[in-house]
Amino acid sequence: MKNNAGREIPEEFLNDRKAFESTEIGHPEIQRTAPKVRVSTGDDKVVESIEDVVKSTVKDGMTISFHHHLREGDFIFNKVMDCIINLGIKDLTLAPSSLTNTMNDKVVEAIKAGTITNITSSGMRGSLGEAVSHGLLKNPVIFRSHGNRARSIENGEIKIDVAFLGVPNADRLGNANGMTGDAAFGSLGYALMDANYANKVVLLTDNLVDYPNTPASIKQTQVDYVVKVDQVGDPDRIGTGATRFTKNPKDLKIAKMVNDVIIHSPYFKQGFSFQTGSGGSALAVARFLRQSMIDNHITASFALGGITKPIVDLLEEGLVQKVMDVQDFDKGAATSMKENKNQQEIDASWYADPENKGAMVDQLDIAILSALEIDTNFNVNVMTGSNGVIRGAIGGHQDAATSKMTIICAPLTRGRIATVVPAVSTVVTPGDSIDVLVTEAGIAVNPKRQDLVEAFKKVPGLPLVSIEELQQRAEKIVGKPQPLQFTDRTVALVTYRDGSLIDVIKQVKD
Amino acid sequence: MEIKQTALAGTLESSDIQITLSQGNEGIQIDLDSSVEALYGPQIKKVITDTLAAYDIENAKVKAVDKGALDCVIKARTMAAAQRALGTVDKPNWEVL
Amino acid sequence: MEERLRRTMMFVPGNNAGMVKDAGIYGADSIMFDLEDSVSMDQKDAARMLVYEALQTQDYGDAELVVRVNGIDTPYFRNDVFAMVKAGIQVVRLPKVESAQMMLDLVKVVEEAEKKFNIPVGTTHVMAAIESARGVMKALEIAESTDRMIGLALSAEDYTTDMKTHRYPDGAELEFARNMILHAARAAGIAAFDTVFTNMNDIEGFQRETEHIHQLGFDGKSLVNPRQIDWVNKVYEPSKAEIENALDVEAAIEEAHEKGSGVISMNGQMVDRPVVLRAQRVIRLAKASGLINEDGEYIEE
Repeated sequence: MKNNAGREIPEEFLNDRKAFESTEIGHPEIQRTAPKVRVSTGDDKVVESIEDVVKSTVKDGMTISFHHHLREGDFIFNKVMDCIINLGIKDLTLAPSSLTNTMNDKVVEAIKAGTITNITSSGMRGSLGEAVSHGLLKNPVIFRSHGNRARSIENGEIKIDVAFLGVPNADRLGNANGMTGDAAFGSLGYALMDANYANKVVLLTDNLVDYPNTPASIKQTQVDYVVKVDQVGDPDRIGTGATRFTKNPKDLKIAKMVNDVIIHSPYFKQGFSFQTGSGGSALAVARFLRQSMIDNHITASFALGGITKPIVDLLEEGLVQKVMDVQDFDKGAATSMKENKNQQEIDASWYADPENKGAMVDQLDIAILSALEIDTNFNVNVMTGSNGVIRGAIGGHQDAATSKMTIICAPLTRGRIATVVPAVSTVVTPGDSIDVLVTEAGIAVNPKRQDLVEAFKKVPGLPLVSIEELQQRAEKIVGKPQPLQFTDRTVALVTYRDGSLIDVIKQVKD
Repeated sequence: MEIKQTALAGTLESSDIQITLSQGNEGIQIDLDSSVEALYGPQIKKVITDTLAAYDIENAKVKAVDKGALDCVIKARTMAAAQRALGTVDKPNWEVL
Repeated sequence: MEERLRRTMMFVPGNNAGMVKDAGIYGADSIMFDLEDSVSMDQKDAARMLVYEALQTQDYGDAELVVRVNGIDTPYFRNDVFAMVKAGIQVVRLPKVESAQMMLDLVKVVEEAEKKFNIPVGTTHVMAAIESARGVMKALEIAESTDRMIGLALSAEDYTTDMKTHRYPDGAELEFARNMILHAARAAGIAAFDTVFTNMNDIEGFQRETEHIHQLGFDGKSLVNPRQIDWVNKVYEPSKAEIENALDVEAAIEEAHEKGSGVISMNGQMVDRPVVLRAQRVIRLAKASGLINEDGEYIEE
């Protein structure tokens, strides 16, 4: 059947899931689940080796999880998976918060060995994305946003048997945080879900500290085992040194246009809130926004989401009152958490869970997000590349897009690839939740937002155009591409934040 | 026209294409390496073939390494490679240019 | 000569496919494709063809399109001019001009090319880059050399070398050349472009220099990076008082027009032609800066 995003969803997947209908969540009553607890006084948690703990916790057919806060510097995932593969364990479901490039080859190996037969993740890239897009995994991958993962863990759709969580410090009972130690990465936001809901929680650390370790983001009441390892991660690859502002003139032009949109919108007023991504243009917006806030004597009540040093700078300057931090993208943001009491660690549920008693994204005024593709219905693809291969992640895209004004910023074309297209290859975030598209060639407002059209029309120098015009302009530059070739086989399901099916990804034809 | 020498034009930078022309005797044989091959492979080959035809080049081996070049860039680089291969750099073919 | 804004003339290296492709997106008043110094000797042919093809196919909006050809004494000069004239370039910029004769020599080749490619003779405009003491001293004859002239540009790197000095932060070494070129341009009724500022990290220095040449009366500045466009435009933005006064002048013109009166008066005073011209320029700048809306009203910040 065709869902309300206009995508064909094969019937076979509609038995235990519904098709996407609406961005409105409503007020359903949700039953949450609770983990099993093996009772302990806590004196028996420290284990000598990963192998010992894997042997006593992981069985065929289980669901295991990891977090991706160690990003490209992660040593935990490969060490644990090596052990699991070597022990000959089969049919696992892998349910990490996301998969980074450093994990790709190990996942491929585990799939080939029959160790992993199901995956749910925020996204995947590189060799793993290629392999899955070419049909390596029998069962379709299920992609979930960060908010949707939190929701699915809470309501039991994802039942984690064992969570393996790398931490830069922990005491012998499992009190841990992400802020200190060689592998400090700041917020533990995504991992806090696993710590709270997994039946077995295993911490792995290279930094066993005196008991009791405070402040404790993960608490001893949640942890079953603590494993001492040589090194949790490579500090240089966990986050880039300090996120730098782009010098790319096109990115800067787009960033300035985004800022013009923000300051001429009805949301730019004392106490507003915003979320920016970490991409070139999105991040550069922070610099223009800073000047506009100073010029207009306006401060923000909070900045949300994945945090970078430039956002922390706004906090320290007093331009942002609170940073609500689910993840840190660079060292500057990671290390400042312990200095700044107003840089608040939040878990993925607090951040973005749609089935909640109120998530931060529901209070968000402005979200500045990126796109691989956006179509003339404002649907956004952040998942598949121009060749149809999986190479991205939903992240918090769908979740943050529920803000009062969601701005997509992207160049009109990248090389010979159009960003604004007649129809995206994969719908990740529905056009209903996108309000404005900013490209270097002009600004398109979703026709559903006539209030914004009226507000921006009065501003001279804001180049308002229709999204159809941008699409045509892009096509005029790059030419009309031939359609991508796919087989009938579905390799991945893209779920909306409420769990409904918004799109499926097919195997690419070679 | 006969190709006198192997010639190369263009760079491997983003939005460019590097075209290498060398002698061949089985028509225009194009070996294309492009990140957008799935979308534009036939179009890229057509631009190269048409441009060579304008120089009356009927036999050539073409190695094309594309980094997302637009048609106008593909044409310009093929033209430069053709004039270089024909040894006529100083005398541009004004019918083509 | 058509009066147009020439605040920013952005240099684009002629053999860089990505930059040639994107040159139109930054809102430069003029785009100058370079076939000369930014292109190595063995790539002159390739750059010429790249710019030629781009000019045929790419949308550069309302920007004035200029190409800097190789010097008149180089083996590339003639082919450059022919290719660019065929491509329909608006302005050919000749480097290292030291005499009116050089411009006439250029025009001769331009005309030859126009005839060869069936382009009406006189379509293609030209401009001169002044890069030496001799060029500065001959500025007026160069400016007045041909009807096709649209402007003079100072090129300070070569000029300061010729003058046995180099560039200093205060720009004192350029003061004479700037004034000579500006006066020659104004006397000939053409545009004057200031030299490039290459240190992208010295934003304050760039600002200072731009304010200075704006005060002198230059039309605008040559730029090496698109990021500099906004900075120049900011300096050239008219003030609120200037805009309001210009709008009053425009209203007075309108009123005189309606009355069928040849005399324009404002607050009982006659409005002189220079005041009218200045007002028209201010309004053009204000529109380009987005300070006047569609109805011709000043926008409060």
